[in-house]
Amino acid sequence: MTRHSTARAIYDLLSSMRFAVSLLTILAIASVVGTVLKQAEPYANYISQFGPFWFPVFEALGLYDVYHAAWFLAILGFLVLSTSLCIFRNGPAMLREMRNFREQATERSLQHIHHRAEYDFTAAPATVIERVTQYLHSQGFRFRTVARGESVADTLIAAKAGSYHRAGYLLAHSGIVMICIGGLLDGNIPLKLLQLSGQKVVETRDIPQSKVPPESRLSPSNLSFRGNVNIPEGSSASVIFMNMADGYFVQDLPFTIALDKFHIEHYSTGQPKDFASDIVVIDRETGERFERTVRVNYPFIHKGVAIYQASFTDGGTRMQLKGWPLLSPRAVPFDIAGAVNKTTSIKSGDSEIRLELSDFRAFNIEDLAANDDGSRVETASVSKKVMGQLGSAAADQSKKDLRNVGPSFQYRLRDAQGQAREFSNYMLPLLLDGAWYLLTGVRATPNESFRYMRLPLDADGSVDSHMRLRALLLDERVWPEIARRFARNAVAGSAVSAQLRGRLTESAERVLQLFAVRGLDSVVQFLEKAIPVADREKAADAYIKVLEGVALEALQLSRERAKLPPAPFDEQTLRLVRDSLISISDSYFYGAPVYLQLLQYEEVKASGLQLTRSPGKNIVYGGSLLLVLGVFAMLYIRERRLWVLVKPAQGRVLLAMATNRQTLENEREFERHQAAFADAVKG
Amino acid sequence: MELTRNLPQLQSLLCRLSPLDWLYAVALAAGGVYALRLYGGYMDVYEKAILAGTALSMAGLGWHWKAVRMLMAVIIGVSLWSISLYQGDLARADQAFLLKYLISSQTAIMWMCFLFAMAGVAYWAGLLARADGVTQAATGLTWSATAMGLIGLLVRWYESYLVGSDVGHIPISNLYEVFVLFCIITAMLYLYYEGRYATRKLGAFVLMIILAAVAFILWYTFERGAHEIQPLVPALQSWWMKIHVPANFVGYGAFSIAAMIGVAYLLSSKGMLTRLLPPADVMDDVMYKAIAIGFTFFTIATILGAMWAAEAWGGYWSWDPKETWALIVWLNYAAWLHMRLIKGLRGPVLAWWSVIGLLVTTFAFIGVNMFLSGLHSYGTL
Repeated sequence: MTRHSTARAIYDLLSSMRFAVSLLTILAIASVVGTVLKQAEPYANYISQFGPFWFPVFEALGLYDVYHAAWFLAILGFLVLSTSLCIFRNGPAMLREMRNFREQATERSLQHIHHRAEYDFTAAPATVIERVTQYLHSQGFRFRTVARGESVADTLIAAKAGSYHRAGYLLAHSGIVMICIGGLLDGNIPLKLLQLSGQKVVETRDIPQSKVPPESRLSPSNLSFRGNVNIPEGSSASVIFMNMADGYFVQDLPFTIALDKFHIEHYSTGQPKDFASDIVVIDRETGERFERTVRVNYPFIHKGVAIYQASFTDGGTRMQLKGWPLLSPRAVPFDIAGAVNKTTSIKSGDSEIRLELSDFRAFNIEDLAANDDGSRVETASVSKKVMGQLGSAAADQSKKDLRNVGPSFQYRLRDAQGQAREFSNYMLPLLLDGAWYLLTGVRATPNESFRYMRLPLDADGSVDSHMRLRALLLDERVWPEIARRFARNAVAGSAVSAQLRGRLTESAERVLQLFAVRGLDSVVQFLEKAIPVADREKAADAYIKVLEGVALEALQLSRERAKLPPAPFDEQTLRLVRDSLISISDSYFYGAPVYLQLLQYEEVKASGLQLTRSPGKNIVYGGSLLLVLGVFAMLYIRERRLWVLVKPAQGRVLLAMATNRQTLENEREFERHQAAFADAVKG
Repeated sequence: MELTRNLPQLQSLLCRLSPLDWLYAVALAAGGVYALRLYGGYMDVYEKAILAGTALSMAGLGWHWKAVRMLMAVIIGVSLWSISLYQGDLARADQAFLLKYLISSQTAIMWMCFLFAMAGVAYWAGLLARADGVTQAATGLTWSATAMGLIGLLVRWYESYLVGSDVGHIPISNLYEVFVLFCIITAMLYLYYEGRYATRKLGAFVLMIILAAVAFILWYTFERGAHEIQPLVPALQSWWMKIHVPANFVGYGAFSIAAMIGVAYLLSSKGMLTRLLPPADVMDDVMYKAIAIGFTFFTIATILGAMWAAEAWGGYWSWDPKETWALIVWLNYAAWLHMRLIKGLRGPVLAWWSVIGLLVTTFAFIGVNMFLSGLHSYGTL
């Protein structure tokens, strides 16, 4: 007996509203967790975020994939159970109630209803009944007329309207159950079960997909899945990858997808406008071919598997590069052929460094005006500011200077110790402050932004002059020659002593020596150490003048050696020299012994496709429809019941109205009925 | 069978329609057909369906709520006038006097902000001074602000096509635009309740939430330049946006109103302004009505969002932060409705709950964009 009552108590609890509302609340709170903590990140991120102590605790709690954690699914399961039991418990009664007119209501029970009124009638009873029923009909009520009493001929008219309110309850709650079932079907529950029983194991190694063992592969007959694959142009794929926990599963597809071409279009402002993939889907069973274009918002569906445009990346662009040794006087430039996602090794002196090409971008649209108008807005007065905002909402193009600055590529250089720096180089020169430069950016960690070094171009738009000058300035063997030329030209035309000339040569050589240590930095350090503060500025001036003069001589010497005519002595040449000195100084902080110049490329894009099979979708949509209908019926159909008891013996009519909830509408409606009845009973 | 019994009601509704109602409907239909003839070539079948559906629902709305007929006539008339003044040239917005100072998109929206501010002041003055004339004026100001906001959005829609034929899109695509939409929808929902339940005194409270949005719009415009028309990212280039976003904002607007009425209710129950505010049961009832309509629309909006997500992101539910918070909001109000309708709970607890509900809703609306990243990041601060 106690057993029975315990079961009963559990049933009562599970099907109670209190339990359901508690579940709603718990589900809401549990959902918050997954939005606060980024879900399904690589496990390494979580380890660094939480440390070795908390990481396994949170992992055990399933916090890295809350919405698929057992406890979360259990809450959902309870919600389904509770809602189903609630329907089971109240449904039949509700259906009965919908059909029932409650014509058994006694006069005494009607007297207890809040909304009630009594009238004396003067018209004939039959007329009253006819008028009442006509009125009820016009008001959309359904009714039943029953004779009351054995001795006295009372008549009860029991009417009802808005019974669909109760159907709304059933619809909405069945809708919820359907949505949850559909959702659970599309969730990875079957896979979870296979994992629990050890039949399927997450693959954590980074190996080619063909080597992934069967226990980490899912067959094409898998009921529901959702995964991604990147396909380079000209390649194809017949599997997708489903990321899970710290690894992945390989899902075999019932077809092969070949990517013909990936298109990306931009607005004139540089924002992406359209992503589209020309794909060919070849069915593995029938061999049928479907040539389609999928784009964002327009998937292609084959055999219940929907193919979506999800992302894009580089698919292995091939590049011709020229390597320029930066700080080595004797080395000559060398050619490298590489491709994105491929690794090559470069010889640098005695050591070897590894070049990892990581990305390529054919377009870079930059706002070149953004550098120099930071303070513009602040100065305007309030009224001016307001006036400035009136008119059209079109972006003010005059403030912007959007330009495509051409292709760029990214790479990492990794030394023998495994330390890597990341670089981003533009292929085409940029016009900055009135001169043309090649730009190369560097950063030590991915969280930093790139800092750029400028390599100045000569009048021919080539970086060669700068590179020749660079090599010569760092070549100690030519320092005496440069210094000699400098001394000779510095005093050309005037008769000076050999002693002065010798001193000039000497200081020129010392400047070259200093500069070759760490560029301008070492010159500054020397000045700070050797010259008293009072004379420092003057001395710095003199040193810079010498350095520039020496560098100019070096430039001319380098041209001579390259069998080129001397550079004219003008502003442009001087600027090239100055920029070169700055650039060489920056090279000491560049962190790489080599600059890579992009000569040619052959772009290969890759399209990121997402493939899903979700058989539960239609169940979820069906459930959603029921839910909407149900909510609408519950909230907007008012259930009203009216009883009219006509008592000819007393010449009185009793009117009572019951509603399922108290609202102002119902109050007003009853007032309306009262007024109508007062009319109806008059003779 | 029940439905056929409901026919008398429908018949009586149709019988109650005046010639003006029919004229209004015919004008809407004619406008719809004209738009279809003019731009039908650029629309797909869904967009045509949305156009037809909009005309139908606006006709229904105008029949049910007569004041909307006038509003529609004004906003359509003024917007068309504004558009004609542009003569297809964006620069005219700065040259033509009427455009620059009255009815270009940005100016109209600034007017909306100003009129809402005036309305807020007038509602409070009317409430505290018990001056019915002033509150009446406040209602008028709220209507004009709503009209200006709608004109601003409609003209902005046109302007976006002048920026570039590939840029043009309905102006409900980023945080700035939906904030304007929020002000308009909240104001209209409130005006509806005000007209129906004679709760003019609640305007002071409802306008506070609208003014908070207005303050945001102004900050967003002047500090961030967020009012500039931006082209649509590929994920948003879909007809789903036209139904998903407005449905969502009916929800947000209604929940906001419910929360502000909750504030008024709590003040009144603590003895503050009790004599000035409507009776407690009226506030309680309007609060329920607001949450009911909000919940209905929010349910629809979330389902539409899921269906859109299925097409754009590859799955109808991805537990993306925005989706998850939408679910949290939904669960919250579902629990609220259960407590009220089934348990019959009333009074301060529900008022408090609806105030807290607004915090949850606000987080789902803005907080997610500010603090959490995800697929649904179309408005950033």
